[in-house]
Amino acid sequence: MADQLAMPHTATPAASVRTPSADIYAPQWRNVIFVAPFLFFFTTLLLFPLLWGIWLSFHKADTFSSGNFVGLGNYVRLYHDKVFLQSIWNTFYFVLLTVPTLALIGLFLALCLNRRTRTAAVLRTLFFSSSVLSVTIVTLIWRIVFIPNVGLLSTIYGWFGATAPAFISNPSLAMIGIAIATLWWCIGLPMMLFLSALQQIPRDIYEAAALDNANRWQTLRSITLPSIKRTFVLVVIIQIVLQFQLFGQAWLMTRGGPNNLTKPIVLYIYDTAFRRWDLGMGAAASEILFILILVAAMAQYLVARNKGDRA
Amino acid sequence: MSITAIKGRAFGDRVLLALVILLSIVMIAPVLWVIGLSLKENAELMANPNSVFHAPYTLRNYVNTVGTSSVFLWVGNSIIVSGGLTLGTLILSSLAGYGFARLNFPGRDVLFVIVLFGLAVPEQAVLVARHQIFSILKFHNTYPGLILPGLSASFGVFLMTQYFKAIPKELDEAAMLDNASRFRIFWKVLLPLTVPAQATLGIFTFLGAWNDYLWPLISATNKEMYTLTVGMASTQTNFAQSEGIGFLMAQAVFAGAPILIVYLFFQKYIVTAVSGAAVR
Repeated sequence: MADQLAMPHTATPAASVRTPSADIYAPQWRNVIFVAPFLFFFTTLLLFPLLWGIWLSFHKADTFSSGNFVGLGNYVRLYHDKVFLQSIWNTFYFVLLTVPTLALIGLFLALCLNRRTRTAAVLRTLFFSSSVLSVTIVTLIWRIVFIPNVGLLSTIYGWFGATAPAFISNPSLAMIGIAIATLWWCIGLPMMLFLSALQQIPRDIYEAAALDNANRWQTLRSITLPSIKRTFVLVVIIQIVLQFQLFGQAWLMTRGGPNNLTKPIVLYIYDTAFRRWDLGMGAAASEILFILILVAAMAQYLVARNKGDRA
Repeated sequence: MSITAIKGRAFGDRVLLALVILLSIVMIAPVLWVIGLSLKENAELMANPNSVFHAPYTLRNYVNTVGTSSVFLWVGNSIIVSGGLTLGTLILSSLAGYGFARLNFPGRDVLFVIVLFGLAVPEQAVLVARHQIFSILKFHNTYPGLILPGLSASFGVFLMTQYFKAIPKELDEAAMLDNASRFRIFWKVLLPLTVPAQATLGIFTFLGAWNDYLWPLISATNKEMYTLTVGMASTQTNFAQSEGIGFLMAQAVFAGAPILIVYLFFQKYIVTAVSGAAVR
C-alpha cells in the first residue's frame, strides 16, 4: 500500500506540476479527531481547573464541597494576613537574590567556556549537571553543607578555628542559604542559553575587530554584549518566572521558618490549601501568584516575538 | 601587539581561570562531601566530622539503603509515572501537532491560540482546583492521579506543531491529493521524520516528571504511592535524629547517581531539550 501511495508521484514529474486543490486544506470537522485527545485533557485538567480555581477563590470551600459565596472575602482576608504579605515580600526578595546573580554568573561562565577545548567541554558538563537533579537531592546536599557540626561549611570554618554562619537557623541568613542552594541548582540553564547565543554571533565580525586591533575588552563591549542583549533580557525573564515558583527548597530546607521569613507564596498556598484545608483562600492566593507570573510571561512573549524584527 | 599587552592578557586569563576553577570547586565540593559522608559510620562522624578524610570507610549505609524496600518501591512508582506521562505526552502532542500544522478544521486558529495561552498558566494556578476535582473522582494515590495532570501541558503540542510545520509540504501533499487516509499519512510519511523532536520532548517530559515534587507531594499521600522525590523528602524530615546522616547521604547518592549517569550519556539531547523548552 505504501508503495502504491508513493510511487506515481515520486516517479513522474506530473506530481510536482499538480497544484494543491483547495479542498485538501479546506476546514473539515473530521480533522478535529487529531487534536481532540489533547484538547480533552487540556480542557478538563487545565482550562476547567483554571476557571474552577477563580470560582473557588470567591467561596469558602473545603476538600469536597464548595461552601458559601463570600465575594471578595478571601482576597480581603489575604490583604489583612501578615503572613501572606510577608510571603509576597519573601518571594520578591528571593527573586532579587537569585535572578541577577544567575544571569551574571551564567554570562560569565558562558564567556569563559565558549571555546572548543576539552577542558571547556568538561566544565560545561559540570556546571549543567546539577540541573538534572531533583529538588529533594539538592536540598539534602545543601542542608548537609550548612548543618552545624558535621556540615562541610562548619568543617572548613573549623580548620581556621572559626564558627560558620548559620545559614538555615539565622533569620537574616536563612533566605540567603536557600538562594545559594538555588544558584547551585539552577546555574546550568542560563549558562547554556548564553552559550547558544554566543555561538550565533557571526565569526567574521570578530575577525574584522581583530584586524582593527581591538583589544578584548573593546571586543566584548562593542560586539559580544550588544549581540546577546536580547538573550540577556530573555534569561532574566525566564528566571523570574522560574524563581517566582520557589517551593521545594524552602519547604525542605527551612519549612518556611524562622518566623515565616523564608515562606514563599507557593508555600503559603500549600499551607493554606493543603494543610489548613482552606481551599478558597488557597485558591485566592494562587490567583494572585498567577497574575504576577502572567505579567512576566507576557513580557517573555513580547521579547521572544521581537526576534524577527532584529536586523 | 606590545609585550605588556600580551603579559596583561596572560594575567587576565589567569584571573578568569582562577575564578572558573573556584566556581567548579563550589559545584563539586558539596557532592564529594555527600559521597564521603555516605561512606562513614554514623558514630564516627558525630565524634569528628574530619574523619571523612581518612579510613575506615564502609558500604553499610548503601546496604541499608538497598535493604529498605521502600526505595525500590518509590523508584518503581517514579518509573511508571514518568514513563506513562512521557508516552502519553508523545502520543497526544504528535497527533495534535500534526492536526494543528497540517490539517484544517473549523476554529483551528482560535484553538491554537488558546493552547498557546496554556503555556503561560503555571501549575500553581490550577493546583487547588485540580486537587478538589481529583478528590471527587477519587484519583489521589493512584497512578492516573499522578500521570494525568501532566497530559494537559501545552508545551509538547507547541513543539510538535512547530516541527511538523517545518517539514516541507510536498512530502505529504501528494498523498493527501490521492485521498490517502490522514492517519496513514501521519503514521507512515511524517511521524518517522519527527524522531529528533520526539527525543527532545521525551527527555524533557521524563526528566520533568521524574523530578516533579509539588503535585506528587499533594496527591500521593499514601506511602505506597510516593514517587522517589517525595519518598526521599519524607525520610529527611527529622534529619539528624533519624537513621543517621551517613544513611541519608547514601540515599541521596543512590537516587542521584542514575540520573547523573543518564545525563552524561545523553547530555547533548538533555541540554537541547531543557534550553529549548525554556526559550519556547
